[in-house]
Amino acid sequence: MRKITAIVFLMIISFYFILILGEITFGEKYEGVSEHYVEKGIQENRGANIVTSIVVNYRGFDTLGEVTVLFLTATGISFLLGSCKCKNPMKRIKGSFVLRAATETLFPVILLFGAYIFIHGHLTPGGGFQGGTVVASGFLLLLLSNRKYKVNHLPLTITESFAGISFVSIGILGLIFSKSFLANDIIPKGNWNELFSAGFIPLIYIAVGLKVGAELSGLLGDMFKTTEERK
Amino acid sequence: MIFMIASILLIMIGLYAVLVKRNVIKIVIGLSIMNSGINLLIISMGFVKGGEAPIIYLKDFFKPGTLLVDPSKIVDPLPQALVLTAIVIGVGVTAMALSLIIRMHSKKESLEIDDFKELKW
Repeated sequence: MRKITAIVFLMIISFYFILILGEITFGEKYEGVSEHYVEKGIQENRGANIVTSIVVNYRGFDTLGEVTVLFLTATGISFLLGSCKCKNPMKRIKGSFVLRAATETLFPVILLFGAYIFIHGHLTPGGGFQGGTVVASGFLLLLLSNRKYKVNHLPLTITESFAGISFVSIGILGLIFSKSFLANDIIPKGNWNELFSAGFIPLIYIAVGLKVGAELSGLLGDMFKTTEERK
Repeated sequence: MIFMIASILLIMIGLYAVLVKRNVIKIVIGLSIMNSGINLLIISMGFVKGGEAPIIYLKDFFKPGTLLVDPSKIVDPLPQALVLTAIVIGVGVTAMALSLIIRMHSKKESLEIDDFKELKW
């Protein structure tokens, strides 16, 4: 009975969904603000990746809020799980031989790949959030393979605070020396399609990558804590 | 149009799991599927026929000025930037929900939603 009611309900919702989406022209050329980003983005920012120049420059304040949301998530999870007096102990199992051997070789390579992704965020697909997630996946491999491994929270906290402060201070530099918060006129922009180009976009994406990597690694460490450690 | 219908189907599968399933982890999986469906829907709205990815780079490295991608023929970059935000928020929501589930399981040693009735009146 529940299932039938749910299916009828979903059919009504999807009917109206399709009715609304039928009005939208699909696959046509866009106009308005996206057109400005595409046409003028390269002259204004010198970043080859237009999505990056939207995320970091045109909507940089939004990205600052996004980083804040992620920080709040990490804080909330460490608040929820940090002092949990759980009844049944969770046991961590030793990883298989393949997992342990692969982790030993792959861990530095994964960190390097993550750093590559967030340093080249303005040239290739990718950026701070993606690179930070790749870095955190390296820590996840360590936690899965090694039963005794614990995430050390102090260096992660220091990295995270440093990255956050540098993001905000780059924005405030724009407020002091140029027109507005996060204005991209302070650093010379260089030639388009080179590594040192696009003004402060690579700097901000390096800060975001370090911050996201540190936050997600600390979050994984909180989730992997066993009962005895939580007390 | 097929992209939109497929993503609506994904959203509906996620909503079905949220409405019908009793296990808390399955509800979180349903929320996650719904999140992916909405992201795909927003991205598919920026589609342009024959368009390419919004990264503009050189065709010939030694001849400056020749573009591989014509700026008038790339897909809409704005929905992709919005979805980048939405993906990160989705990760935060999933992680928060899973940590709440860990606390709930440590309280009652059960994952069924019917066992948690304190907030009903």
